[in-house]
Amino acid sequence: MAYLELDRVGKQFGTQTVVDDFSLAVGKGEFVSFLGPSGCGKTTTLQMIAGFLDPTHGAIRLEDKDLTAIHPAKRGLGIVFQSYALFPHMTAAENVAFGLEMRKVARSERTERVRAALAMVGLAGYEDRHPRRMSGGQQQRVALARALVIKPSVLLLDEPLSNLDAKLREEMQIELRQIQRTIGTTTILVTHDQNEAMSLSDRIVVMSQGRIEQIGTPQETYERPASAFVSQFLGKTNDFAATIDRTRAPALLMAGSWSAPAPIGLSGSVTVSVRPERIGFGNTGLSAKIITRIFQGNHWLFQCDSECGPAIVIRQNDGERQPVEGEAVRLAWRPEDMSVRGGASA
Amino acid sequence: MSTAAEQRSARAPWALTAPALMLFVGVLLIPLAMTVMLSFHDWGQYKGIEPVFILKNWREIATDPYYAEMFWRTFRIAIVTTLLTAVLGAPEAYILNRMSGRWKSIFLLVILGPLLISVVARTLGWALLFGGNNGLVNKLLMSAGLIHAPIPFMFTETGMVVALAHVMMPFMVLSVWAALQRLDPQIENAALSLGAGPVTIIRRIIMPQIMPGVLSGAIIVFSLSASAFATPAIIGGRRLKVAATLAYDEFLNTLDWPLGAAVATLLLVALVLIVVGSNALIERRYAEVFR
Repeated sequence: MAYLELDRVGKQFGTQTVVDDFSLAVGKGEFVSFLGPSGCGKTTTLQMIAGFLDPTHGAIRLEDKDLTAIHPAKRGLGIVFQSYALFPHMTAAENVAFGLEMRKVARSERTERVRAALAMVGLAGYEDRHPRRMSGGQQQRVALARALVIKPSVLLLDEPLSNLDAKLREEMQIELRQIQRTIGTTTILVTHDQNEAMSLSDRIVVMSQGRIEQIGTPQETYERPASAFVSQFLGKTNDFAATIDRTRAPALLMAGSWSAPAPIGLSGSVTVSVRPERIGFGNTGLSAKIITRIFQGNHWLFQCDSECGPAIVIRQNDGERQPVEGEAVRLAWRPEDMSVRGGASA
Repeated sequence: MSTAAEQRSARAPWALTAPALMLFVGVLLIPLAMTVMLSFHDWGQYKGIEPVFILKNWREIATDPYYAEMFWRTFRIAIVTTLLTAVLGAPEAYILNRMSGRWKSIFLLVILGPLLISVVARTLGWALLFGGNNGLVNKLLMSAGLIHAPIPFMFTETGMVVALAHVMMPFMVLSVWAALQRLDPQIENAALSLGAGPVTIIRRIIMPQIMPGVLSGAIIVFSLSASAFATPAIIGGRRLKVAATLAYDEFLNTLDWPLGAAVATLLLVALVLIVVGSNALIERRYAEVFR
């Protein structure tokens, strides 16, 4: 059963539609990411759940109760902001204690819970530090402890890692996932970083221009993107124009000189989308020429000029001989490694 | 590095600041030193200023309760003015900060208004509204039967405080506004999500963070009010003197320059001590917010 449910939620600012027809059911304990470029409405959706904005239409329910009817201060959600929004005049412990104070938790219990929360995020001993005397990563941890100490029904993370440097961000991702698994809080993460969304979430909601493009597990959205936008946004991809010829038997799907048995139910011109790491060099297939090859340690990155336009290929550095720049190659992939879009139904 | 180059680089800052330094020394330090020296000179009705070193003027200020009363009045007016601008100005800045674009610029202009008008015209405006039986507001209220005698405004401390607060308000609002600009735009939402109501947010989250702004505004308002001349001169006249108007009168009416110089010097020293002292206090108290 859905724990948190967004039912055809929409938000308009004047005549501008920022979020349109957003429906999502989040299970208890689930980690869901809203992924999309800036301005896609992901933060707006988060703010509607938090109660800082009211949806123009639609309903948001938490355990079957209408969340929009509850004042934001009474919703009991934990929020980590992009800027952390720590209270600079309070120490780390006072920051974390604030939510408990508002809930009138007794002083002795409060101290104990604050200590435990700070220890959980790895900040034991930092109780009396002021936020401005802490590093970005430490501030981030305080913000997380502050959001979690109130035992929120849902944890909302608004681009929490975007202000950290790459290495720290990776560390925090792992830690965030571990903490979330341990305490089992239902979590919604807003991010524009596809790696972050993929490594953290149970499910990803890919958004573009206020609309949901796809909801699925990280693997589903990566392997079987529902739209050109999703395939482009989640990692690199090659889009080739292809045609399905049903005049022959068996029917053929052809992209340049590459061909395969046509998938059922489609005809006409289609777009074939293949991930660069799924393309291999073979004796048959799409003819292409290597323009550049870039060595990246554990893999090679090839930029090719194929008969269907530019293509990128990633090959594992497995010790085999790799083609050199200027070499003519044939690009091939298994039919199950591609996704086919467009075309008329046949 | 050679010694010659070292010498040159040591001299460069002095050479570069010399013009400004000379101006500063010429038009500020020398007259100031002369004023301090003047306060130790003697003066008589018929003999004029005698360049001797005596403590007569200072002794007079220290012993005559007239001066104590007048200095106390000066600082009382400055303190009440400061409190009034803080109590009205801080919320004003907060509201201004929450306004949207166009309204914000309109109201900012309204707040800055007093600074754009000559102090004499502005203060005379207050006099036209409240001055005795002929003041516009007094006339209206009396003809409406709400009051029987004109509201005392001219020659009162209340009048001086109101007129001073009017012109000092922009300094307070701008100072608090600058502090508000430093606030994390999500900070209120953060407090809200943790369960804080609007009053708690203002009291526990916003106030402590804008306090440095209020206090630095208070220092500006206090020092300007304590040394203000035009407003007290018009509202208070000769009947209700403050330190600045007293020094003026000693200089230009009594012609007792040494006594006027002593009053002016004392006002300056007292102000410098108060401002420097409270500034140090504020910076220590709010070290975390200032960082």
